[in-house]
Order: sequence, then structure tokens, then C-alpha cells
Amino acid sequence: MRGMRPGSLPVAGQGRQAMAVEPLIHELSKAGRRGVEFPQPDVPETPLPSSLLRDELDWPEVSEIDVIRHYTRLSQKNHAVDVNMYPLGSCTMKYNPKINEAVARYPGFAQIHPYQDPSTVQGALELMVELQEMLAEISGFDAVTLQPAAGAHGELTGVLMIRAYHELRGDTGRTKILVPDSAHGTNPATAMMAGFQVVTIPSDARGNVDLEKVRASAGPDTAGMMITNPNTLGLWDEHIREVIDVVHEAGGLVYNDGANFNAILGIARPGDLGIDIMHFNLHKTFSTPHGGGGPGSGPVGVRQDLAEFLPSPLAVRTEGADGPAFEWRQPTQGIGRLHSFHGNFGMHVRAYCYIRMHGAAGLRQVSEDAVLNANYLLANLRDRFDLAYDRTCMHEFVLSGNRQKRNGVRTLDMAKRLLDFGLHPPTTYFPLIVPEAIMIEPTETESKETLDFFIAAMRQIADEAEREPEVLTGAPHRTEYKRLDEVGANRNLNLRWSRPVEPVKEPAAAD
Amino acid sequence: MASPSDLKFTRTHEWVRLDGDVATVGISDHAQGELGDITYLELPEEGDQVSQSQPFGIVESVKAASDIYAPFDGEVVERNEDVLEAPELVNSSPYEQAWLLRIRLSDPSQIESLMDASSYDSYAEQAGPH
Repeated sequence: MRGMRPGSLPVAGQGRQAMAVEPLIHELSKAGRRGVEFPQPDVPETPLPSSLLRDELDWPEVSEIDVIRHYTRLSQKNHAVDVNMYPLGSCTMKYNPKINEAVARYPGFAQIHPYQDPSTVQGALELMVELQEMLAEISGFDAVTLQPAAGAHGELTGVLMIRAYHELRGDTGRTKILVPDSAHGTNPATAMMAGFQVVTIPSDARGNVDLEKVRASAGPDTAGMMITNPNTLGLWDEHIREVIDVVHEAGGLVYNDGANFNAILGIARPGDLGIDIMHFNLHKTFSTPHGGGGPGSGPVGVRQDLAEFLPSPLAVRTEGADGPAFEWRQPTQGIGRLHSFHGNFGMHVRAYCYIRMHGAAGLRQVSEDAVLNANYLLANLRDRFDLAYDRTCMHEFVLSGNRQKRNGVRTLDMAKRLLDFGLHPPTTYFPLIVPEAIMIEPTETESKETLDFFIAAMRQIADEAEREPEVLTGAPHRTEYKRLDEVGANRNLNLRWSRPVEPVKEPAAAD
Repeated sequence: MASPSDLKFTRTHEWVRLDGDVATVGISDHAQGELGDITYLELPEEGDQVSQSQPFGIVESVKAASDIYAPFDGEVVERNEDVLEAPELVNSSPYEQAWLLRIRLSDPSQIESLMDASSYDSYAEQAGPH
């Protein structure tokens, strides 16, 4: 691979349709055009109350084929993991197996309604209970709610439970949550949203949470700590047990941001480490769709003595006269509802399918392969890029573009250049503690050939940074749209289409 | 490039120009360079209290959103409405036109915890982004 000459790599656009600039669907509108013909009503017509009628809504008027072609063409412009590698660090953009989709479309799952009597949807409840039990087993927790709709929603669930736990004990002086400086931005935002003050804990020279700073910060005002392990640098925290012990000794609870769970399935269980609460990202670790709006799903697991704080209702197993049955139960100290109905049930079906398809040994291999793939990339890139922390990585790693910056090339330029290879760029400029950060997560689903392609592209970019930096600062060159004016777009937000004003015609002069 | 010698600096890359018991606060040239093109600023109102080392505002660039930290305790006596309208001033004139707040210090001795320009320059050379 290293012998591959620059410029010899395949490029974006190959095998894909050439496409003209796609208009907005409003611009395709033709007055009076319809996609659907409704039959004549066989009931008396009732006009809508005039107070509910609005005439400022400018709906596009298009036929069915206009709509299909428009959105199909847009989808062809998209990058997706079904098109090529998507090494977006911290996001675990793994392939979503198609069998998940097939199973989620079974009428017994897809055509039921949450208002149905539980006796008529026992299979759906059984799936939810079993998914809760499987997630609990994988993570070492005792009880799980499937309600939260995403990771940050899971964080809010967890931190509200921390608050409820202290309040129930009358322990009201706990106003602070410790958050490492390498955390996802959602962690401090969640703590603030739940009414806590955030205490930022710096990282040490090896990328761990600074244990001495945790010791100095934890005290009678500590409600808890939000930690991400493995952390956003792709590193296992070498003091995780001590950090947890310090927070527990101070009377706080420890929340684990489970965004990086893909590194440790079947290898380490957060519950066994002493973590009290954790969220799972089904749309990362358990292969439910992540891009395109998901929707996400962020179940939360807890140890036994926190189970009664979980949101209500909870799907539970009961023992009926005719064997096991399933029903809804309200936890006694529950923090209330976090989502309408029961969360994103279609995602529960997909994650259930994924776990069942893999089994325990298969899930362990998922993590082993994810970690192996990341270390393979790291080993083949480390001589050309600065490395933020020189350690064996977990499922992802963080490079720094500092070396290339000396030639006037910034991480943003290298990310744009990757588009020319038909690759989605990695996460950039996060975590914030690494200058010019490039955060790479290949996931377990990429083959060695794809990994080698990515390595070759990155090494070519490193060459270009030294020899012809203008190739990078002007990238991308081969995409339909070139470098966008992101600054202009941010400063002059224009989020709403408005109909162009038609020129007013002068009335013809009367003779 | 050396930072202006009449200013003091924080480890979180804010600058301070002291005038009696009122200090003008902004973001350092190093910080604006690391952040890239600034697109948005959020600042407290006149009369608001700020606390040393606690965030008082937000600066957003295309790359990231970052907190701006108070160099000391005090009360906001004036904020720069021009820079809110034109955040790009932070890039073009970090030390003059893009001052952010004037703050009346509660405890003037807190100013002693700040770095002078030459200490800040060597600190910024080592430090990462804002």
C-alpha cells in the first residue's frame, strides 16, 4: 500500500450519476399539480374552522414522480456508510445490517399501536423486556429503561436520577457534577440543564482523568461525576476504579457516557467497575441507524438500588397462570416520563435483532475487531501525523494536525481533501483538548482493503501537505460542490426559502 | 507576534486592560487564531455579575463553540454592542475594536493572579486551542 503513487487512488464520483444542481422542491412546484387524487367523499363535507386556516403556507405542488426523483437525486448526493467508509470518531458509524430492517418491518412490530391493550402486544413487550435484560447482562447493570431517544437524552435521564436519589435522602447540598475536559459537550450541558454546577476536571499527561484533581474536587457538594470510558481520546482510563472510588467516598454517583461502548463488549462491564448509571447508544454500538435522523435510542442502565428511580412505565416480566407474561409497571420513585409512549420502539427491534444475530461471542468479536481496526490505522499513520497521546488505542484514536499546520495546512483542509477520495472525513476539532484534532473510528465493519484505502489516502494527504499544500487548502476538487463558504453561511443564516417576487406587470394603457 | 505589554492575560486566553477599578476584557489574538473565523458571540447584560474562572459568555466559530471565562469577580458595566453585531471584529481587531465587556472588579487584588504579556506569550506557545 505504501508503494501506491499519489494520484493513483480512485476518486469520488466514480460509478455515480453525474448530477446537475438540484433545485429545492419548492422550485419544482407548478400551480395545480397534484401527487394524489382523493376519491369523492361518501360522508358530508365539514369545512375546517376559518380560524385554523392559514394562507401563508407555501406548499410545493408536485406530482409523485417529481417527489421521488427529487429525493432520490438528493440521496445520491449523500454520503452514507452504505456508500463508503465513514470513520467519524465518537459516532461509531458501523454498517447497519439489512436484516434489522426486515425484522423491524414485521407487521407484528410495525403495525401495532402503543395504546393497544398489553394483552394484545405481548410479543412486543417480551422483546423490550428481553432487550433490557440483554443490555443489563452486557453492561453489568440490574435494570434498564428503553425510553430515552438518544445519548444526550440518556444523560438527562441519568442526571435527573442522580438528583432524585440525593433528594429522596434529604441530601440537598449536592450541587456539583464533575466533568472531565475531554467529555462530549453534551455532558456539561446536561448537568447544567438538570440544575447542577459543572466542575471541569483536566486530563493528565497520559490522557486519563487527572486523579489528583478529582480527589481535590470531590466533596460534600458533589452530586456525581459524568465520565466517558473509554474516553473521547479513544483511551481506557488507567485510574477508572480509583476515580469511581473517590466519587463514591465523597457520596456522589458515577454516570458513564456509553458512547464508546463499542470498544468493550464482552470484555469489560461498566457495572462491574462500580459505575452506577450508564446510557447505551443503540444507534452506535448496536447498529441502529445513526445518520439521516436515526431516530436514535439511548437506553439507560442502573444498579439495583437505583432501579426504582427509572422513568415510568417500565416493561416487566410477570409470572401468570399460563407461564410468563409481560406488562407495564410504574417505578415507585420514578422520575416520570422522558418520552412519549415507550421510546423509539422500532430501534429496540433492530438492536434486539443485532444482539441475537451476534450472540455473546459475536459481540466480543465486534469489539476486538473494532479495536484491532483502529490500532491498524494508528500503526500505519503515526509516522506521518502527530499523535495526541502515545498509547495503544481502543476503538478510536486522535491525531493532531499540528505538523501539517506549519505548512499552512489545517485539519479542516485535510478533512475536505478526503472528500476527493469519496470518504467521509473523520471528526475534526474534537476533543477540544487536542489542537487540530482528527478523531478516527473505523469500526469493526470495515475490511482490510478499505482500511488500506483510507491509510493510502491519509498518507497521500500528508505528502501533499509537505509538497503541494495548495492542493489541500483548495480542496475538495472532485466533488459536485467545491469549498463552501461556511463562515458566510454561519454569519448570514438563511434557513427559509421564500418565493421570488414576480415583477409587477404594467397594465396595458387603454386607448 | 508579541502580545501588547499593557495587557494582562488568563490561562483561558482572555485579555484584561485595567483602568482604575474597571477592567476591559476581550479574547487574545492567539485564541482568535486558534478558533478561526468567529461567527457568533453571546455576552452577559449590563448589571450582571461574573465570577472568576466561571464562564460568562460563548464564542462560536465554524470549528467549535467555546466558553469565555471571567478573569475576576465583578459587575458588568458596559458591553460592546458593535462586536455582537459584527463578531468578525474578534478576528480582525482582538485588542481594540473587539473588546467584549467592561467589568467593575469586586476585588482588585484578583488582578495579580493574571499573567503579563511575555509570560502569556510563552504559555500560549505551549498551549492548545482556547
